[in-house]
Parts: sequence; structure tokens; C-alpha cells
Amino acid sequence: MSSTAAANTAESAGNRMRYRANRHVKERVIELVLMLSALVAVFTTLGIVYVLVKESLVFFRAVPLWDFLSDSQWTPLFTDAHFGIGVLLSGTLTSSAIALAVAIPLGTVIAVYLSEFASDRVREIWKPVLELLAGVPTIVFGYFALFFVTPLLQRFIPGLPGFNLLSAGLVMGVMIVPYISSISEDAMRAVPMALREGSYAMGATRLQTALRVVVPAAFSGIAAAYILGISRAVGETMIVAVAAGMQPNLTLDPTQPAATITAYIVQVAKGDLPHGSLGYQTIFAAGLTLFMVTLIFNLLGFWLRRRYREVY
Amino acid sequence: MKTLTAPVREQMRASIAAQKRRELLFSAMGFAALFLMFVTFVALFIDMIGSGFDRLNLDFFTHFASRRAEQAGILAAWVGSFTVMLVTAFVAVPIGVGAGIYLEEYAPANKLTAIIEININNLAGVPSIVYGLLALGMFVHTLGLGASVLTAGLTLALLILPIVIVSTREAIRSIPGMIREAAYALGATRWQVVRHHVLPYSLPGILTGVIIGLSRAIGETAPIVTIGAVTFIAFLPESPISGSPPFVSFDWLMSPFTAMPIQIFNWTSRPEAAFQQNASAAALVLVAMTLMMNALAIWLRFRLRRNLKW
Repeated sequence: MSSTAAANTAESAGNRMRYRANRHVKERVIELVLMLSALVAVFTTLGIVYVLVKESLVFFRAVPLWDFLSDSQWTPLFTDAHFGIGVLLSGTLTSSAIALAVAIPLGTVIAVYLSEFASDRVREIWKPVLELLAGVPTIVFGYFALFFVTPLLQRFIPGLPGFNLLSAGLVMGVMIVPYISSISEDAMRAVPMALREGSYAMGATRLQTALRVVVPAAFSGIAAAYILGISRAVGETMIVAVAAGMQPNLTLDPTQPAATITAYIVQVAKGDLPHGSLGYQTIFAAGLTLFMVTLIFNLLGFWLRRRYREVY
Repeated sequence: MKTLTAPVREQMRASIAAQKRRELLFSAMGFAALFLMFVTFVALFIDMIGSGFDRLNLDFFTHFASRRAEQAGILAAWVGSFTVMLVTAFVAVPIGVGAGIYLEEYAPANKLTAIIEININNLAGVPSIVYGLLALGMFVHTLGLGASVLTAGLTLALLILPIVIVSTREAIRSIPGMIREAAYALGATRWQVVRHHVLPYSLPGILTGVIIGLSRAIGETAPIVTIGAVTFIAFLPESPISGSPPFVSFDWLMSPFTAMPIQIFNWTSRPEAAFQQNASAAALVLVAMTLMMNALAIWLRFRLRRNLKW
């Protein structure tokens, strides 16, 4: 009787131990699987760097880096090929500058208004509307720039070509406004109420409080919003590919058609260049340039954003 | 106590009035800026409806692209977009949610975790066309997957991964720690806590992020143009289900494809006005799809905020 009881206990103890061991193994396996999925992000970055650098190295063996940076022509598919990235950078720079000239003032005013002036109800209505606008696919914005904004501009600027940087830049600006306004608004709302109350107690108006207390206090967050806006403008592809034309053109004149780095990649990828040709490798060199520019802006933006988060 | 002299009082009144005017002016500016955004939105819609609405009939959805604009439709495009989204969701959801769970519930505070976080932040800001170049070099040529539904789905999955991860993390973070502590106190393992408590409670938040990610992916053009999606396709991918054994086929994954944004891009680059009409109609369909997905996400979040009372 007592011996069977002892055997029972021994058996159940063995069961329990096996159960525990199983449970432990299962837990470890699950943790490993979850960690691997988190590591996909790291592999993606490594993959991007690997592909861009590998193909670009082949390109830079044929074209000296100095020519790439200093040549004033971009004619990679001609027999007399020139590879001056400056030509494409000028298009990217001009369209981004126009976009930011629209997006920064509009985005900032909207952010200050929504965060400091608007009632809760107004905010509840407008924030989703802005979010919906941010959800419109960029190809649709490109279509809008080409078939609506350009004809509209041609009424005011006679002789404006059908493809131009101005209309692409303006529409790109409208597209970026929601990004800038939402990040800046978050930064301003993170400013503690006590700062505003202190300012009101000194007799300041809402506008004075907003511009002299809240905006300076949220400055690093607002700056981060601008920088992320810049990085988005530089990387934007379809609006410029559709509305700004695809001829490389070394110009800072917004009424001219010009290709950006992104538009050039689309143009080459759309055609059928053989894998391994120099023309094929140019898009990776152009892509590497783009990746570096946006990486610098992104890191700057995230550094600024982290700083303002730590303040309060 | 000295009362203010009349001129000083007048001066103060004038200064207060001036401040009030400035305040009003700024309010008007803020409202004007919002209104400008709204007008742009409306103009976009009216323009698309005005030029494309007539083309929106059943034939438009059931016909392939054609050289003749009046007969062209978006059958291959919407089927292509749908199959690509299927692959994207199938890849991005488990990986993104898994990564989110790992970073919130498991990750120790060490170097590796910091590296993963920096990477996710950085990936969110990489231009979409760079993902296209990654796919062109990696999936199309190195792995030999070609310009297929699978390649496009994987590319867009990588693109929306940061969105899914970030929204999963936010949803998980909003669950109070006492829920986990109660489960641990009853002897639950870490995975049991995640599986039975954390995951179910954060599901609506995760779903919102997934929908926003997919609505971004369905409108993305640049990466799939870069991998070399074909613009003129007059056949559908092979059906996944067949009448003869083995009944299920995955050939559709390797099929060449076109998608809604590619079709719009193709039609916008044609000079004829009739194709422009087709572009408007297709853009209208695409915008309707993304807006519906976004509205669903916003509504979900709104409901979630209202019902959530810990």
C-alpha cells in the first residue's frame, strides 16, 4: 500500500519534471523565433547596404568617384557617357526646396493651431482628415500634379512646360504637410501645462504663449519633424517621376523639367537594361547616394527627437 | 493707491486690442491653412471624379488592359494588387508582430536590442525606392525569384514591417503591468502570459497598424516599378485551387504581375486623353481602397480608445 503510494509520487514527480523540462524547451524555442523576427530589421538594413555597395563598387571601378561628383552632365545611356550625379541632385534639391517652402510654414501653422488654439472637437475632426490625406498614394498625387496643378499654373505662368519641378514640388509639399504637422503637434502637446500656466499668469496671450513659450520648449521635436520632412521630400519618387519629366537637367529653375535621383531610377528600371551593364549599375550608385543623404537626415531627426523626449 | 492716468490707460487698452487682433489673425491663418489642405483634397477628388467617373462600370473591372482606351480595364491590376497584398500580409504580420512582442516582452536591455531599435527607426525613414533596389539586387537576381508576385509581396512586406512593429509595440505597451503580474502569480510562463493575455488584449491596436501598413503598401509604386513589374498583362495568375490533385497550387506566387499603381503610372505616361481618363478612373478606385482601409483603422482606434478602461 505504502509502496504503491511511493511509486505513484515518484511517477508523478517524474511527470512533473518532464513537463517542466518540456515547458522550458518550448519557452526557449519561442523566444528564439521571436528574436529572429526582430532581427529581420537588422538583416534588411544589412541587405540594403550590401546590395547598394556591391553594385556601386562595380560602377565606381568604371567611373572614378571624382567624375561622379564633379561632372556637369548625366548621360549614362549615350555612347559618350557622362556620370555627374550633381545633375540629378539639382533636380532633387529644387523639387525638395519647393516642397519644404510649402510644407514647413503650413505644417507649423497647422500644428500650432491644433495644439494651442483649436477646441478638442475641432482637433478630433481635423486630425483624422489630415491622416486620410497622408494616406493618399503618391502615384495619385503625381497624377494630380500633372493633370490638375500644372494646367492651373500654366494659366498664371505662360510658357510653363507640361513637365516642371514647380508643380511636382508644390504637390509634394501638400503631401508632406500632415507628417510635419502631426510630429510637431505631438512635440508641442508634450510641453508641460505648467509652462503655459506660468506664461498666462504673467498676462501673456495665447499667441504669445504659443510662439514664445511652447514652440521654443518643443523646438527639438519641431526640428525633428522638419528633418523627417526633408528626408521624405528627397526620397519621394512617383510625384516627380510623373510630373517633373525625366530628362536630366542641371538647373535650379523650378519652371524647368528635370529628373531627380529617384525619377532616374524609375526610368531605368522601367526600361529593360541587361543585368550587369553599366547602365544597370548606375541606379545602384544613384540609390546609394539617396540612401546616404536620407540616412544622415534620419539620424539627425531621431537624435533630436530623443533629446526632446528626455527633457520632460 | 495711485490710479492710472488717462493716457497710460489708453495706451494699455490699445496694446491689449493689438494683441487680440494678432491672436485673431493667427487663428484665421491656422484655419486658412487647414482649409487649404481640405480644398486640395476636394480638388483632387472632384478632378478624378470629373474625368474618370464615366469609365467606372463593370467592364472596367472585368477587362484586361488594352491598346484601345475604351476597352481597357483593370482586371489584371486589381487581381495583381490583391495577390501581392496577400503575400505581404502573410509575411509582414507574423514577423512584425513577433518582433513587436520580442522587443516589448522579452528583449533584455543590451547592445543587440539597441541595435535592433535603431535599425527599425532607420528603416522607417528609408525611401521606398531603396527597398525596390534591395529587391532588384537580392530577390530578383541573387535569389532568382524574378519580377513575380512573391518578390513584390516580400518587398512590400519589408517596407511596412516598421509600421507593424511600431504599432504592435504601442498596443502592447498600453496593457498595464498588473495583468502580467496576475498571470505570473498563477504560474503562467512568459509565452502563456503573451499568448493568453498580452496578445488578445492588444489585438485591436495591432490590427489598426496592420491595416495602415497594408493601405500604404497597396499604394506604393516605386519599389514595384523598380523590380520590373510588367505594365501590360492580359492574363491572370494561375488559380490557387484546381480540380485535379494536388488541388492546391502555388504557381501564382511566381507569376508575373501588374498592380493598380503600376497601371495608373502606365496610363498617366500615355499622351492620349482617353488613357488619361482611364488613369483617373483607376486612381479613383485606388484612392477609394486606401481611404476605406484608413478610415477603418481610424474608426477601430477611436472605438478602442472609448472602450478601453483598465
